[in-house]
Amino acid sequence: MSTVVGEMDQHDHHHAPSGISRWLFTTNHKDIGSMYLWFSFIMFLVGGSMAMVIRAELFQPGLQLVDPHFFNQMTTVHGLIMVFGAVMPAFTGLANWMIPMMIGAPDMALPRMNNWSFWILPFAFAILLASLFMEGGGPAFGWTFYAPLSTTYSSDSTALFVFSVHIMGISSIMGAINVIVTIMNMRAPGMSYMKMPLFVWTWFITAFLLIAVMPVLAGAVTMVLTDKYFGTSFFDAAGGGDPVMFQHIFWFFGHPEVYIMILPSFGIISAIIPAFSRKRLFGYASMVYATAAIAGLSFLVWAHHMFTTGMPVFAELFFMYCTMLISIPTGVKVFNWVATMWRGAMTFETPMLFALAFVILFTIGGFSGLMLAITPIDFQYHDTYFVVAHFHYVLVSGAIFSIMAAAYYWLPKWTGHMYDEKLGKLHFWASLISVNVLFFPMHFAGLAGMPRRIPDYSLAFADINQIVSIGGFAFGLSQLIFLWVVIKCVKGGEKAPAKPWEGAEGLEWTVPSPAPYHTFDTPPEVK
Amino acid sequence: MSIKLITALMAMAPMAAQASSQYNLTQGVTDISQRVFDLHMTIFYICCAIGLIVFGAMFWAVIHHRKSKGSKPASFHENVKVEILWTVIPFVILIGMAIPATSTLIAMEDTSEADVTVLVTGSQWKWHYKYLESDVEYFSLLATQREQIENKLEKGENYLLEVDRPLVIPTGKKVRFLITSDDVIHSWWVPDFAVKKDANPGFINEAWTQVNEPGIYRGQCAELCGKDHGYMPVVVIAKSPADYESWLAEQEEIQRQAKAEEQRLLAMSMEMDELMELGERVYIGSCAACHQANGEGIPGVFPGLKGSAMVTSDMDAHIDIVVNGKSGTAMQAFGNQLSLKELAAVITYERNAWGNNTGETVQAADVNAFMNQ
Amino acid sequence: MSEQPTRPDNTRIVRRLLLTVIGMFAFGFALVPLYDVFCDITGFNGRFTDGQAAANTRSVDTSRTINVQFITRVNQGMPWDFAPEVTSVRVHPGETKVVNFLAKNRTGKNMVAQAIPSVAPGEASLYLNKVECFCFNQQPLAAGDNVAMPMQFYLDPEIPADIHTVTLSYTMYDMTENVTPDALAALMPTTN
Repeated sequence: MSTVVGEMDQHDHHHAPSGISRWLFTTNHKDIGSMYLWFSFIMFLVGGSMAMVIRAELFQPGLQLVDPHFFNQMTTVHGLIMVFGAVMPAFTGLANWMIPMMIGAPDMALPRMNNWSFWILPFAFAILLASLFMEGGGPAFGWTFYAPLSTTYSSDSTALFVFSVHIMGISSIMGAINVIVTIMNMRAPGMSYMKMPLFVWTWFITAFLLIAVMPVLAGAVTMVLTDKYFGTSFFDAAGGGDPVMFQHIFWFFGHPEVYIMILPSFGIISAIIPAFSRKRLFGYASMVYATAAIAGLSFLVWAHHMFTTGMPVFAELFFMYCTMLISIPTGVKVFNWVATMWRGAMTFETPMLFALAFVILFTIGGFSGLMLAITPIDFQYHDTYFVVAHFHYVLVSGAIFSIMAAAYYWLPKWTGHMYDEKLGKLHFWASLISVNVLFFPMHFAGLAGMPRRIPDYSLAFADINQIVSIGGFAFGLSQLIFLWVVIKCVKGGEKAPAKPWEGAEGLEWTVPSPAPYHTFDTPPEVK
Repeated sequence: MSIKLITALMAMAPMAAQASSQYNLTQGVTDISQRVFDLHMTIFYICCAIGLIVFGAMFWAVIHHRKSKGSKPASFHENVKVEILWTVIPFVILIGMAIPATSTLIAMEDTSEADVTVLVTGSQWKWHYKYLESDVEYFSLLATQREQIENKLEKGENYLLEVDRPLVIPTGKKVRFLITSDDVIHSWWVPDFAVKKDANPGFINEAWTQVNEPGIYRGQCAELCGKDHGYMPVVVIAKSPADYESWLAEQEEIQRQAKAEEQRLLAMSMEMDELMELGERVYIGSCAACHQANGEGIPGVFPGLKGSAMVTSDMDAHIDIVVNGKSGTAMQAFGNQLSLKELAAVITYERNAWGNNTGETVQAADVNAFMNQ
Repeated sequence: MSEQPTRPDNTRIVRRLLLTVIGMFAFGFALVPLYDVFCDITGFNGRFTDGQAAANTRSVDTSRTINVQFITRVNQGMPWDFAPEVTSVRVHPGETKVVNFLAKNRTGKNMVAQAIPSVAPGEASLYLNKVECFCFNQQPLAAGDNVAMPMQFYLDPEIPADIHTVTLSYTMYDMTENVTPDALAALMPTTN
C-alpha cells in the first residue's frame, strides 16, 4: 500500500497530509477507491482462507481437522465476508475510482461521507472476525441466519454479528447515496443519461437497489436481536410469530442483494468487450432497459429461495414464473455481448480473457438458475451442492471474474504502468481451470444428493469432493499470482499511455496515466 | 458365448444405473420422482441446446473475427428486429418449460385421501416418527459409530446414511407425512421420493408419497440445523402391505412389552456398575453430541457437566432438566425419548463420571416418582 | 469549483434518499403485520386467528365427509400432558362438532400455557371455523391439576372438493415466565 502512496504523491500538487493521516482523512475519490479495493482484496483472502478450511475438512469423509461447530462458523463467516467484505466493497471501490472519471466529475458529490463510509468498514469486519474468538464461537447459523437457529439457539456472539451487519449496511447505504447524488448532479455538460457508460448506469440502478433493501436487512437483524435478547417474538411461534416470516423478510433483501452483486459486473463487461472487439457495444439502450428490468423483477422473486417451506400452489407458481422471466433480460445481455463480438476485430489481453470467461461461466450459472427456478425440480435441488455450484458460478466466475477483468483493464490508468501481460495470462488460465475443477463437479455432488453445509458426507461423494478440494486449493493459490501482478504493476513496469487499449472509449482514457490526483477540475465537453 | 455375453451385460446394467445416479438426479421409485427426473432432463437439454447456439456463435466470432486474422470491425451496433426476436424466442421457450413444470407441480399437490399418516418431527439432531392410525412412535437416530466418523474404524457402506430405527411404510399406498419440528428448522428429504419439506417449529407442513417398489431409501436433513446437521439421516423402508401390517403389529406388541417391563423394573434396584455401564452407552448416544464425551461441553454453547453444580449436588433439578429439558435452549426433554431405566442410568453416569464422584445412584423408581409427583 | 450551483440540489437528493432509507427500514417491520394479513387471506402456513364465526344459518352438506385429525404437541421442556380426547372425527361440511382436549400439569408449580394452532393443508385453514377454542386465550393450570378444554368448530361448506383430510395441530407453549406471580395466583382456582 505504501508503494501506492509513493506513486500518488508524485502527482499530488496540493498540500495533502502525508503518512497515515493522509489515508485517514482523505476525501479524494481515487484514494478512497484504492482503499476500498485493497480492503476488499484482503477480505477476499481472509474469506478465501476460510473456504480453504472448509475444503480441507471436506477433502475426505470423516472428521479430520475441525469440529462441526467450527465448520459451521467457517461456512457462515466465509459467506458474510465474501458478500459484504469482498464483492460489495470491490464494486464500491471501482465506483469511486471510475464513476467520477467516466462522467467527467472532479470527485464524488459527498466526499466527506465517502471517507466515513469506507472507514467504518474495517471496524465492522474486525467485530465480525473477533466474534470467532468469543466463548461459544462466532456466528454458526449460515450467512442467511435463519431464525430460530440464529435467535434462541445461537451463541452470544450473535449480538456482535448483528452490530457488524448494521455497520456494513450503513456503509453500503452511504456509498449508494453518494453514487446516486454524483450521477444525478455531477455529470459533465452534454453527458445525458443515455450517454453514460453502462458501468455508470448499472451502478446507478444498483445504488437504488441498495437503498431499497439494505434497510430491510437492518430490520431483519434488529428483529433477530430483539427476539434473542429483548423478549419479542417476531419469529417465535409461542408468541404468535413465525420462523418462516424471517425467511420472507430476509429474502426480500436477499434476492435484490444477489443482483447488487452482479449488475455492476454487467457494466464492466459492457465496457471491456467493445474495447477489445474494437466495435461499439451492441444494443446500448436495450442493455439499460434490461438492467432496469432485472432490478425491478428482483423484488418479485424472493420466495424462490423458500419453495420447500410449504407454500400454497398459486404462490409457488407465481414465484416460479417471475423467476423464469428474469432469464429474458439476462439473455438479452448475453446476446448483446455476443453480437458486439460478432464481426469485430478481437484481441485477447487479460481483461478480455476474463470478460469472455465471465460470459460463458455466468451463462452456465444462469442455466442452473433457470433449472432451480422450476419449482417441482427445485424440491430436489434445494439446499444441495447444486445450489452451491450455481451461486458460485454466478458470484466467483461471474462477479469476481468481472472484478479481476476490471482491475486488469484499469490498472494502467490507476498506476501509470502496464501490468505484466504474461503473468496476467498465467493468472487467468490458472483461475479459469481451477475455478471449473472447483465448482463444476459440485453440480454432480448436488444432483447425487449431497446436502450443503455439512462437515462430513457419505462415501458416494468422496471422489467428487476430493476433486473439488484440489480445485479449491489451486484456485486459492492462483489468486496469489494476482496479488503479485498488482504489486509488480504498482511498483513499476512499462509506462502506460493515456489510452493503452486501442478500442477503449470513455472519458477516463482522455486523462493521462496514471490519472492525476485531481481530474476534470474543469468539466470536459461531451458531444 | 452369447449366454456369457448376456450374463455380463446383465451384471453391468445395475452398475450403469448406479453410475448414472452417482452423478445425476435419481429417477427415484415413485411416479412423481420419475416425472421430476424427466422434467429435470428436459430443462437440462433445453439449456444445453441454447448454450450450444450462444457459445457456438461466440466461439465462431472469437476464432474468425480476431484482429490477428485481419478482421476489420463492422460498424453495426443496433437492430431493433433482432432485439425483439431474441426477446420473443426465449419467451416462447420459457412457456414451453412452464407447461410441464406447472402440471408436475399440480400433480405433487394432490390432496386425495391417504392410507397411512405419519407425523415426522425433527429435533436437534434426530427424527421422530409417529403413526397416527396406531400407537406406534419412536425416535430415529444416526447409527454410524463415532469411531467411523473419527476415522478410527473403517467406514461402512452406508456411512452417515444409516439409522437405528428406520421409518417403515407400505408400498402401493398413499402415505401422508405431517412434518414439524421441536426446535429449529429442519428439512425432511428422501431423494428417491422427490419429497423435501421443511420442518418448521410450531407449524405443520405436509407431503405425501406412494412408493412402487419395496426397498430401503436413504436421505438426509437438508436445512442447516446446528452443529450436527450433517448427522441426521432419514432412512425409509418400504414393505409390501402385508409385511407392513405384521411389522406394525409387532411394533405395537414390543411397545406394550416395554411398558410392562418399565413397571416391573420399578420394583428393582440396579447396581452402580450396571447403571454406569448402561449410562455411558446412553450418554454417548444421546448426550455426547452437545455435552461432549468428556463431559466438558462447548463453552458458551453447550454447558459442561463435569464439576457442574447441578450435576454434583441438586438431584431433583438434575432429574428435572433431563426429563423435561429446558425451554428456550437446545436441551431437549428426554422423558419421552428414553426409558425410565435409561434415564436413571444416564443420570447416575453423569453424577459419577469425569471425577463427579458423588457416589449416588438414581433408580428407575426415583425417576418415575419425579415424573408422577 | 464549477459544481457550486448544484450544491443545494445535493442536499435535496440526499434528504430524499435518507427518507427512503428510513421508509424501507420501517417497511421491513411493516412486513410483519402485512405477513399476518397475507397468511389470513391465503391460508399461507396454516396460521389463522379466526374466532369471529357465529352459528349463523348454514346448510350441512351431507354428501361429503371430511376426516379431521387432531395432533397435540408440547413444546420442549414443558412438563404437561396434552392430548385430544379423540384423534380424529369425520364431519360433514357445515356440521358443528365439539372435541375435548385434555391437559395435565405434571409439576408442583402453577403454570400458564398458550396453545398455538396450525392446519394442514394450509388452504383448509380458510374453511375451518372455530366457534369456541381454548387456543383463543391463555390456559392457566394449577400444580398437578388437569382440565378438559373444549374446541367447537365447523367446516365451511365452501371447502374445496379436493380436500378430504384436514389436520389440526396444537403446540402448547409455557407462558408462565411472561406473567407476574400475582397475576398467576389470580388466574388459579381458589380451591387450590
